[in-house]
Amino acid sequence: MKYIDEFRDGDIARKIAARLAEEARPERAYSFMEFCGGHTHAISRYGIADLLPPNVRMVHGPGCPVCVLPIGRIDMAIQLALEHGAIVCSYGDTLRVPASGGLSLVKAKARGGDIRMVYSAADALEIARQNPEREVVFFAIGFETTTPPTALAIRDAHRTQLKNFSVLCCHVLTPAAITHILESPEVRQYGTVPLDGFVGPAHVSIVIGFEPYVQFAIDYQKPVVIAGFEPLDVMQAILMLVRQINEGRAVVENEFSRAVTRHGNQNAQALMAEIFEQRESFEWRGLGEVPASALKIRLAYVQFDAESRFKLTYQPVADNKACECGAILRGVKKPTDCKIFGTVCTPENPVGSCMVSSEGACAAHYSYGRFRDIPVVAQKS
Amino acid sequence: MCLAIPARLVELLPGEQAVVNLGGIRKIISVALIDDAQVDDYVIVHVGHAIGKIDPEEAARTLALFGELAQSQAAAETSAAAKASA
Amino acid sequence: MKPIKKDYIRPLDIRHGCIDMGHGAGGRAAAQLIEELFLAAFDNEFLRQGNDGAVFAPPALPPGARLVMATDGHVVSPLFFPGGDVGCLSVHGTVNDVAMSGAQPLYLTASFILEEGFPLMDLKRIVDSMARAARETGVPVITGDTKVVERGKGDGVFISTTGLGVVAPGVDIAGSNARPGDVVLLSGTIGEHGVAVLSQRESLEFETTIESDTAALHTLVAAMLQAAPGGVRVLRDPTRGGLATTLNEIARQSGAGMLLDEAAIPVLPQVEAACELLGLDPLYIANEGKLIAICAPEAADAVLAAMRNHPLGQATARIGTVTEDAHHFVQMTTRFGGRRVVDWLSGEQLPRIC
Repeated sequence: MKYIDEFRDGDIARKIAARLAEEARPERAYSFMEFCGGHTHAISRYGIADLLPPNVRMVHGPGCPVCVLPIGRIDMAIQLALEHGAIVCSYGDTLRVPASGGLSLVKAKARGGDIRMVYSAADALEIARQNPEREVVFFAIGFETTTPPTALAIRDAHRTQLKNFSVLCCHVLTPAAITHILESPEVRQYGTVPLDGFVGPAHVSIVIGFEPYVQFAIDYQKPVVIAGFEPLDVMQAILMLVRQINEGRAVVENEFSRAVTRHGNQNAQALMAEIFEQRESFEWRGLGEVPASALKIRLAYVQFDAESRFKLTYQPVADNKACECGAILRGVKKPTDCKIFGTVCTPENPVGSCMVSSEGACAAHYSYGRFRDIPVVAQKS
Repeated sequence: MCLAIPARLVELLPGEQAVVNLGGIRKIISVALIDDAQVDDYVIVHVGHAIGKIDPEEAARTLALFGELAQSQAAAETSAAAKASA
Repeated sequence: MKPIKKDYIRPLDIRHGCIDMGHGAGGRAAAQLIEELFLAAFDNEFLRQGNDGAVFAPPALPPGARLVMATDGHVVSPLFFPGGDVGCLSVHGTVNDVAMSGAQPLYLTASFILEEGFPLMDLKRIVDSMARAARETGVPVITGDTKVVERGKGDGVFISTTGLGVVAPGVDIAGSNARPGDVVLLSGTIGEHGVAVLSQRESLEFETTIESDTAALHTLVAAMLQAAPGGVRVLRDPTRGGLATTLNEIARQSGAGMLLDEAAIPVLPQVEAACELLGLDPLYIANEGKLIAICAPEAADAVLAAMRNHPLGQATARIGTVTEDAHHFVQMTTRFGGRRVVDWLSGEQLPRIC
């Protein structure tokens, strides 16, 4: 597969790893946060950690939209299905997230809720067209990559005057989340979150461009390298970050130049601006209320806003006390620092957000990397 | 969720749709979010939509740069650096 | 029960007819369905007796031989998919389960739960496919049952098959037999069945030429056992949950670990592409015509050669080794050069795939 296989070449990986070993200065530690869930997944799945020098550490950030979706929002989706009898269309990743009352979307389905997995917002629109006598709600989650398709669906629903379609909008914004991490209390309190730089998200950046990150680099003196989705991209980006640190630079660099431009996809941005506006504040699971970090549907399209249409109110729900997701999402703790990791909290029975999606730090570590936590004696004949 | 994949556009369809081919698999997707989609372009597909295109020259350049000593040219294009710090 | 005398009864309208509650009542309509659809397809000496059960002489059992029974329910959706259907799947599936004990399969039973309204055309297609599969494998369906449930309480048809086989003396194949140092062999490319079924799911709509690999593996197994008596320790077919789940099962049963080589695991390019597109991992996708064999190291070459010589094993690959590991991890060196755990399947990757 073109533009995929060449970026997974093991020989080149070893070359870059050798470069990293040469250039990472042994007397200091390097700590980089990868923000995008897709990067977290790639790092675990390809075992990239094995190829990094021991003093280069990757910290997993809150780039997994499923993981940061608060329980209260899933409760709303469940309410729509069980109490309002709506057909609730959702991406597959959201279906198993545990919500209140021991329920999840998949469990609500078992109780009779009409909950359907879709692969795109357009599928939900189609379901609405095929079921004119039913209310159909699309449970929209995701960062800026996933927002334009939702905007398109609302625009199309508006143009065709669809009367039974609405969206439960839980789209969140990347730059706000990164700022929040850099401003988090631990950073100020301990000054010890050793985040030296960021691996910037791949696909979000296709949409928003690399311009939005420029100010971070300046304000916080942290380099940002936008990295493509494949493992070689990630490794190259880490190398570029190490170089910036060594040279005392803090700028935005674009490793994913084959798909990301300075200004991004302006079509998509215009469409998002037409349909959505910023919420003042939005609760992120594990991070609390984050200002200017999420979108809601504009008044002009209010008939497509499920919260307004069904008069839903948001009820925040606290996470389990033993859950360390908040600290893990901010990069202050590792999955293995959490008391319930791998015992009470597993992918089968997730307690917190980081375990729910395969991109979450805990799930990724559990599924791909936990063998490193336990000394394993391997013998071959 | 961050799942986006480069695929070759093989056929344009009415209603801002297109057929892409990935390794022999064909799928109909929407191209409403990008400008000027052409047959043989490589587009990046996310949740059934093309969200951007691959620039073949940049792709070749990126591959060539992997592991090389030279600084990435992309660095030269981005904004000016902040003050150097030790 | 004596065979029903044939007064003239208008034959079943296969082309336009549907299953109705009468077909499950056990009366004349039911008997007609059995005679004109099922018996016509399966026709063998046991079924011709027309009894509720099949009576047969015990197979030859030399000292040390054992019997094996296996059963499988089939709820695949959709019922027809590229490369097969629920009918042949239900034959291959149970024949394979029996064969995975190193047994020679002898007989099958088949039970059908039919939904009211199910078209007879479709039922005939399925039953004919099943009968063809039974003939080709040489394993007859010797007894069966049909029931009908109300519309909405079934999904077209559910098929349950049970198989009986004989394990020759000296053959000891079990999931708990793997030992550190053993070689892990895989009989061919993975992921085709799951991708073929998925390609028919309306919500996905992708075009592919991938077909299900559904096939009966008993002759392949026989060839392997002959090539290296005592050398094959474990056999299993990676169906639901895929290669990853099956290897984890074996690791746990045997109290050992495994180390796989990703580059050695054969996957067709289209299957890789479909998985990329859908966010799936081929390691977790069901196969219906492949097997995993774990062999003693000294027997591996002979078994591999025998497999590659067989039409169903031409792409056999050596994919890893069994290791000593108290935690029973299945680990894998990635194509990329790193290492990762290949864990159990979490949740449900693909519903109704088998």
